[in-house]
Amino acid sequence: MDSQTIAVRQQEEIAHHEHDHPAYLRHHFETVEQQKEAASFGMWLFLLTEIMFFGGLFMAYLLYRNWYHDAFVSASNTIGIGLGTTNTAVLIVSSFTMAMGVYCAEKRNRRGLLVSLALTLVLGLVFLGIKSVEYHEKYVEHHIPGAGFSIEDFVHPHDKRDIPLSPDVAQHAQIFFFLYFAMTGMHALHMIIGVSILLVLIYRARQGAYTTGHTSTIDNFGLYWHFVDIVWIFLFPLLYLISRHPLH
Amino acid sequence: MSTIVRLPNQQDATLPKLSYLNNGYGLKSWLLTGDHKRIAILYLISITLFFFVGGAFAGLIRLELLTPMPDLVSSDTYNKLFTMHGIIMVFLFLVPSVPATVGNFVLPIMVGARDLAFPKVNLLSWYLYVVAGIFVVGALIFGGADMGWTFTTPLSTHYLNTHVITVALGVFVAGFSSIFTGLNFIVTTHRMRAPGMTWFRLPLFVWSHYAASLLMVLGTPVLAITLVLVALERLFGIGVFDPTKGGDPLLFQHLFWFYSHPAVYIMILPGMGVISEVISTFSRKRVFGYTAVAFSSVAIAVFGFFVWAHHMFIMGVSNYSALVFSLLTMLVAVPSAIKIFNWAATLYKGSITFETPMLYAFGFMGLFTIGGLTGVFLGSLGMDIHLTETYFIVAHFHFVMVGGMLMAYLAGVHFWWPKMTGRMYPESLSRLAAVTTFIGFILTFFPQFVLGYLGMPRRYHAYPPEFQVLNVLSTAGATVLGIGYLMPMIYMTWSLKYGAIAGSNPWQATGLEWQIQSPPPTENFLEIPIVDYEAYDYEWLANKTQHEVTTVG
Repeated sequence: MDSQTIAVRQQEEIAHHEHDHPAYLRHHFETVEQQKEAASFGMWLFLLTEIMFFGGLFMAYLLYRNWYHDAFVSASNTIGIGLGTTNTAVLIVSSFTMAMGVYCAEKRNRRGLLVSLALTLVLGLVFLGIKSVEYHEKYVEHHIPGAGFSIEDFVHPHDKRDIPLSPDVAQHAQIFFFLYFAMTGMHALHMIIGVSILLVLIYRARQGAYTTGHTSTIDNFGLYWHFVDIVWIFLFPLLYLISRHPLH
Repeated sequence: MSTIVRLPNQQDATLPKLSYLNNGYGLKSWLLTGDHKRIAILYLISITLFFFVGGAFAGLIRLELLTPMPDLVSSDTYNKLFTMHGIIMVFLFLVPSVPATVGNFVLPIMVGARDLAFPKVNLLSWYLYVVAGIFVVGALIFGGADMGWTFTTPLSTHYLNTHVITVALGVFVAGFSSIFTGLNFIVTTHRMRAPGMTWFRLPLFVWSHYAASLLMVLGTPVLAITLVLVALERLFGIGVFDPTKGGDPLLFQHLFWFYSHPAVYIMILPGMGVISEVISTFSRKRVFGYTAVAFSSVAIAVFGFFVWAHHMFIMGVSNYSALVFSLLTMLVAVPSAIKIFNWAATLYKGSITFETPMLYAFGFMGLFTIGGLTGVFLGSLGMDIHLTETYFIVAHFHFVMVGGMLMAYLAGVHFWWPKMTGRMYPESLSRLAAVTTFIGFILTFFPQFVLGYLGMPRRYHAYPPEFQVLNVLSTAGATVLGIGYLMPMIYMTWSLKYGAIAGSNPWQATGLEWQIQSPPPTENFLEIPIVDYEAYDYEWLANKTQHEVTTVG
């Protein structure tokens, strides 16, 4: 074999080598699977930190719910259940559309992916819209803690005659509403971040970024979106449903 | 016997033509880098800066305590001094110290990877650190904060008009920087190991970083949400921690210490990893009881989550829970003792040499043992009631954090300096620095045990005159300690240009990082190594040397 043939062979090998490595494989990973696994493992870990982040608030909720049970139940009864339920449905449907997005990305269906992501975006915005209507209700009812908080609406939870709670007990409803705003606000913040990321994803998906076999980004965003949904699935019963007065 | 350990001749070592240091020049090539080695250097520079800022505050505190009367600073200024000292040292130095510098540099190489799993996240982590630093320095410039590093409510939320929120924001951001470092380490350890690099072939340095990363990932978010609540309470007067509105300041303590107790293990575990490497290398032996030491790191991480309330024995937690937490606290001593005993057993019949990192490691073993054992004193309920909030506590955690962690940090920086820069530090000068640090440390903090036992409270800038002798000793020691820290700073900088060329394996160590050139190439490994030998395989090395001698003879 003369040197020219060897050189040609080597070039072929290099070309073959490059063919093996798609453009999205980062230089420090050996294989595509390794990159994919690392990305999804990293996302799961990040979600674990998010659980701990919300965990502090859930801890505070559990503690004060035990201490100020009557005030919490009474305050919880003042929240309208209709909007909350609608919002829960909206989020669950958005989780479905997101899952469809992941499926379409895997099937390399660019159109399907775009539709799913757009639907998810719209549903996310609807959720935030309804949430802001709810916040406005609280403002009208003077249920914003620390800002002219009114205790008039809080009645004894176990009595059918609507006896008002004594003022010192009713004051603790402030703690409920503070936790309500902190928890749903922190959740809404995560929704806003999710919606912003969705905008970027839709822009890139239009260029065909996620329908060429590299679906990690969509997969991981899907995980994030489902996580934010699940947080709401815990918030909804805790803030709206538990010990709701059956006869009111 | 198969191995890839290379022992090149150190005399004719030269600096490699291409390395991560000369792959691209200019500020941009550093500030936008994804290379874990360059990010480690960025971290090294920034934490050194903050270390000396925090150290300056410590110096001022000791200077004030030279005399019983408040004559150097006013009491308000003194409060700010110890607060800023604590904040900077804990969040901007100790937490990122070993993991973000040495760990960032060698952990990917140790597992046989080209980089950490998420290089951009790693860079983001450094930028978050810088932002945190800017917040803290900003607070400092505009007048500082004086709530103590523990943000105790309701003091921090109701009674101070200093820059509490700015500092809290800084700590919040620094927390995310540490979360991202931890996340990167865990994913890298799981997914980026070279072929053949099984979990039980990993250097113990990786094990201890893995354990510390678990704590960073699980603990830090709780601190973040706690600080958010403190900030909201300060800004909007919301009463989650305010007893007048039905809130509970104890809840703050629980949430704060749920992070901040594990945080001390975040600080010490990476240091323990350094000590394992150094002790093994300079006694030319495999670490005794490798598996036990590896699992003791994980055990410390797990137990570390269940002892937080020992910071709260005098705060009104129930006697029953105090009893339980006291017992659990004693449990942490077990894995820590496993480490100390196993290092001692590693030294036994080893071929010990006294290079600088080894001197620091000896310092660590002695000082950490004292610090750890006094921790058991404080974990016992009766003793704690007497000793808490005194200088005994101050001495205890400085023995662990400064005597332990800082010694380990310096051991690590000296040990891997030849790998990082390709040049040796001056050996005799650095040995002098190690001994100076040790003497200075003992002189500074040992008298504080006695002071605390006699009843001198912490966080006061004046004290009864009978405590002066011990305080003068302590301040004198701090001066020596300061010199001990300045020396490495100076000779390390000097060695960047004038140090002897190190060659790839100056310590004749077995770790993967010593088998590549110093400084390493950007890609670390031109070809990913296949690992088919155990960690710390010094027996093989000894056999080879023996064999060589007989054939030459």
